Amino acid sequence: MTGATVVAEGLQRSFEAPGGGSLRAIDTLSLTVRPGELTALVGPDGAGKTTLLRMIAGLLTPGGGRLEVLGTDVTRDPQRVQDRISYMPQRFGLYEDLSVQENLDLYADLHRVPQDERGPRFTRLLKMTDMARFTARPAGKLSGGMKQKLGLACTLVRAPELLLLDEPSVGVDPLSRRDLWAIVQQLVEDDGLSVIVSTAYMDEAARCAQVHVMNHGRILASGTPKALCARVQGLTFAAVPPAGVHPRVLQARMLAAPEVIVDATPHGGAVHYVRQPQADAARLAEALDGAASAPRGEGLEDAFMLLLRQHDNGTHHALPEPDERTPASAVAPDNPNVSPIISVRNLVRRFGDFTAVASTSFEVLPGEIFGLLGPNGAGKTTTFRMLCGLLPATEGQLEVAGRDLRTARARARARIGYVAQKFSLYGNLSVRENLEFFGGAYGLRGRALRTQVRAALERFDLDPTARSGELPAGYKQRLAMATGLLHAPQILFLDEPTSGIDPLARRAFWRTITGLAGAGVTIIVTTHFMEEAEYCDRIAIQDAGEMLVIGTPQQVRDKAGADRGTDMNAAFIGIVEQARATREAAV
Amino acid sequence: MSAVGFITRLRALTRKESRQLLRDRSNLLVGLLLPVVLILLFGYGLSFDVKDARIAVVMQNNSQAAREAAMGLTGSSYLSPVWMHDMREAEAAMIAGDIDATLRVPHDFLRQLALGEAHVQLILNGVDSTTASAIEGYVNGALAVPFAKRLQRMGGKSAESGSVVIVQRSWFNEPGESTWFLVPGLVVLILTLIGAFLTSLLVAREWERGTLEAIFVTPVRPLELVLAKLAPYMVIGAIDLGMCLLAARWLFEVPMRGSLPIIIAVSLLYLLVSLSLGLLISALARNQFAASQIALLVSFMPALMLSGFVFDLRNVPVVIRAISQLLPATHFMGLIKTLFMAGDYWPDILRSSAILSIYAAVLITFTCRALRKTMD
Amino acid sequence: MQDALAWLAQIAALIRKEFRDLFKDPSSRALLLVPAILQSLLFGYGATYDLTHVPYAVLDQSRGAASTRLLASLDGGGVFTRVATLDNARQIAAVIDSGDALLALAIPADFEARLATGRDAPLQVILDGRNSATAAAAAAQIAAVVGAVNVARGHAPLVTIDRRAWFNPNLESRWNLMPPLIAALSMIQTLLLSALSVAREREQGTFDQLLVTPLTPLQILIGKALPTMTVGILQSTLIFLIILFWFGIPMVGSVWLLYLGLASFTLASVGIGLSISAVALTMQQAMLYTFLIVMPLMLLSGLLTPIRNMPQVLQWLTYANPLRFGVDLVRRVYLEGAGLAEVGADFVPLLCVAALTLPLAAWLFRHRLS
Repeated sequence: MTGATVVAEGLQRSFEAPGGGSLRAIDTLSLTVRPGELTALVGPDGAGKTTLLRMIAGLLTPGGGRLEVLGTDVTRDPQRVQDRISYMPQRFGLYEDLSVQENLDLYADLHRVPQDERGPRFTRLLKMTDMARFTARPAGKLSGGMKQKLGLACTLVRAPELLLLDEPSVGVDPLSRRDLWAIVQQLVEDDGLSVIVSTAYMDEAARCAQVHVMNHGRILASGTPKALCARVQGLTFAAVPPAGVHPRVLQARMLAAPEVIVDATPHGGAVHYVRQPQADAARLAEALDGAASAPRGEGLEDAFMLLLRQHDNGTHHALPEPDERTPASAVAPDNPNVSPIISVRNLVRRFGDFTAVASTSFEVLPGEIFGLLGPNGAGKTTTFRMLCGLLPATEGQLEVAGRDLRTARARARARIGYVAQKFSLYGNLSVRENLEFFGGAYGLRGRALRTQVRAALERFDLDPTARSGELPAGYKQRLAMATGLLHAPQILFLDEPTSGIDPLARRAFWRTITGLAGAGVTIIVTTHFMEEAEYCDRIAIQDAGEMLVIGTPQQVRDKAGADRGTDMNAAFIGIVEQARATREAAV
Repeated sequence: MSAVGFITRLRALTRKESRQLLRDRSNLLVGLLLPVVLILLFGYGLSFDVKDARIAVVMQNNSQAAREAAMGLTGSSYLSPVWMHDMREAEAAMIAGDIDATLRVPHDFLRQLALGEAHVQLILNGVDSTTASAIEGYVNGALAVPFAKRLQRMGGKSAESGSVVIVQRSWFNEPGESTWFLVPGLVVLILTLIGAFLTSLLVAREWERGTLEAIFVTPVRPLELVLAKLAPYMVIGAIDLGMCLLAARWLFEVPMRGSLPIIIAVSLLYLLVSLSLGLLISALARNQFAASQIALLVSFMPALMLSGFVFDLRNVPVVIRAISQLLPATHFMGLIKTLFMAGDYWPDILRSSAILSIYAAVLITFTCRALRKTMD
Repeated sequence: MQDALAWLAQIAALIRKEFRDLFKDPSSRALLLVPAILQSLLFGYGATYDLTHVPYAVLDQSRGAASTRLLASLDGGGVFTRVATLDNARQIAAVIDSGDALLALAIPADFEARLATGRDAPLQVILDGRNSATAAAAAAQIAAVVGAVNVARGHAPLVTIDRRAWFNPNLESRWNLMPPLIAALSMIQTLLLSALSVAREREQGTFDQLLVTPLTPLQILIGKALPTMTVGILQSTLIFLIILFWFGIPMVGSVWLLYLGLASFTLASVGIGLSISAVALTMQQAMLYTFLIVMPLMLLSGLLTPIRNMPQVLQWLTYANPLRFGVDLVRRVYLEGAGLAEVGADFVPLLCVAALTLPLAAWLFRHRLS
């Protein structure tokens, strides 16, 4: 086709595998991207999305095949392409010692954006990213999500002929994500911009004109979101769990029957599921265990899950088995006589004259899954760091398992597990070495350590010899979880554990969490995937350091107003915007 | 690529590098404070010149002649004699490090003298061989005077012929001050240090923090990245050079016999070479720890040890001398010492400048190549 | 008992992790060992004040028997090499300026005649003073040769000094310079490694992960200090072996005492390094702070120039410099064979530095806000 933005034919690219041999990242891939459209690349970790984008950007030389970008052979003249495109890498390297404004200026200068265009453009970008207040702040002092937004703003300082976005919304909150997409879409509509975006959010892919589903370096399926959705037509249902049964419990049970159920997720008090096209009716009824189910409309995520399950036969992404340990204090969360395991009263944290956490109070009961939600910079990570004893509180009291971990004896920390943002592991060390170290640090040794490490490797399906720094994001997360759980903690803190993780890995993750909660482990989790709030017993929404709402997912949805429907994402945006409006009115 | 684009991008990148340089105090501490500390230490702290070396004198013979001989030591400004009773006391003091040498005048000194040649024993602590050698020289000189007098008084021996007398003149460094050659060398050391410690981290840091990927996919050319990284550190280096020259002139009163513009020009040329070397190491190593180690090993340490800064290259084995000739620092070291102490000696200026220019061109070319915009 | 074992096992896990991190890949292993080897060879061959080769030019206007004999004894000594024979005094500047000759001898026309008539005959020596140490050494050598010539002419001096140098019979500067490197060279890496160890974990986010484990600051401190100390002592051993066997400088003291000294010295260095590490926010800062203090530590250690040649103020400052005492300790144990009684005082400042910096570093682990 003439005038195509990107034409790839028989594209190949291999990398040296860590243990010798080679790894095929892109395997005879052919693809055409039409101009003036939004094109999405979706696929699990390691599908080759980043490699493909880097090749289009002229950063990687193809091992074979032909790749033309904007009519230029990118292999022969990468600079010509780079002069005309904008690219946002997955890990956008901001200059952390430069301020927000200086980072923007740098990219504007490099792209030679005329001075008179800058004013309105910067205003728009800063408004979209909600960073107008922070222009003087060093980029290194921004929260993770704000850095991501600034990266996007730097990429969008000019209107290129082709925009490449590699997972632009990882770690970005729903409000910013909405704004971010609004501006990208506006650029497409107003300027006829061509955009290729790789994403793990299916609702984002659903907004694109074309979606390419990738797996193992190949294109699995291509088409409009509608065409792809048609593949699951008639296979999507919603099941309502019996009273007293948490949807996640039903969902976990359904996922345990992959021969009849493709996918299941809790949603608005029910469980949305996709059944296998040739599902045996009796087996299906057994998996549903009496829950009433009704047909529902299909979504892109349903189609994606079906495609991947059919392609992989579920072998590659084996779901970790739920934890079957029975802890000492398995207590039902709804028991009113139980005393809280975490209690926070009037917690305040200030950095200079900036209040990161303002007078926050909440309690978490043993065995509860407690979700802490909020926009970027709301104070979630600060709250976490105070709870884990990494940061002293400015005011207020906090108790974790009856103690303040900041001042408690070191042994008290053995009762908690902590998975930090970005899954901080020793990248130089192998998977086994990481596990052995953390096990040892938690006081495991000898046979007990070996047994635990072996169990963790099996349970999380990890290759013990792999170098942990080179693992795909999904596996890094599994390893981080495995290290956090080695010592069987009573309380588990998880800071954005599903950021940058594909839907398959997220299912696996939540199944593990459901299992742990069932075994009485208390879980505190932050996430930007609002549908994941559905797995929680209770959630709290924080913004600008303040606690806005706290309650069960249903209570939170109710508070947002019935017009928001069963969609948690909409409920979240509603509550935060309402609070912001009230705050502004008060000022 | 258009010239306007080149200038715009270069300016933007230079501004960015300058800001990063200024924001992190540690850069300034190493770039500006460390040179000041080094200037002061080299100027005031380090001295090879022995003063008031403590020397034990053990008089086992108390004759007039022996006392006369020992008195010669008191006259020396380099030596401060301490009288001790016996060798045991002297040896103990030497082991304890209280004294540096022992002079023993033996029992039979007078008898030996009568026979025409007397011996005294000088025991030195060879652990500090430099000081020991110097003390030996001073003792020789101090004893020569009284005995020459005595010889005269005795009417001398039958001198059929005269003796050879050395009339010594030291060019360039007439007073023989060690600061005169340490301070020009310090210029080399400081300019090397900025390259080895500061620019060697620059590209490696960007690789480590992942900031290059996004920059690569812009109209930026590798040469622009390289020049922008060099520019702010050239300024820092120029400030250091200025401080060195001022200190040399006004603080240490080292002569500057060559012309100032030439001294400045060749110093800036060497600065460019030093910074480019650091940058190349940084671009190749891709990790800050490795880069700083390599820079220390191939740039700073050799400049300190093998450039002829303190240790004269005439004394080293041929292989080491050949290696030293590969170092840009060696060529600059010879040149700057000549420029300070001897003057504008053109054959040296031209040859060294040519060598340094070739180094600069080659290093910058290779750095550009190492910054070819690819993630392969 | 069981508690103590568990406590040690936790540290062991941390130590094992640190070692794996340090020695995991060949390139990082090489970075730990190659610099030590290369630098000790470089220093061994390059660092010498002993003048072994003096190129000289001669302007012999006398051309008599006496001047010929003088030049013959110069040329025969092995140190002096004649690179130019000049015809007139104007040529002297060229050979000296270019550095072709380190000194020029000018023998006046009446040299022979003066000597024959019993008068003193001046021999002009013009030295290239650009390196004053070299010039002084060359002058001393010339004086020795001329002295010998005079003796041969029947001018025996009245008093002869019999020199005996303890510990270094030939007064070789290599003997003086090399043994202290056992402490000095490994210090650079010990400081750098320990400075980076916490800074790297902070930059990569693993330090938080470490702090939420039940490890106490004391355990983290031990776990961080021991591997770095091991690397430092390993490097010292490498340098020690090179000096002992390659350069053949005899060790007279007790190996046991040497290592006791090295251990205390390395402990102090690690203390400083970890304190830097705890203060630094990034690896870059950790490295730069290290460079900032390494240079003064080296210069004020007595390694290159004697401490007592320094102004009093600086001499006081050196008491805070562990390298000063490391250098002194190694030098004296290695060359003098000093015993614990003689060098015991060197341990005090070393242990003081360790006792100050290590608790400071441990306290900063938790209290340094990022």
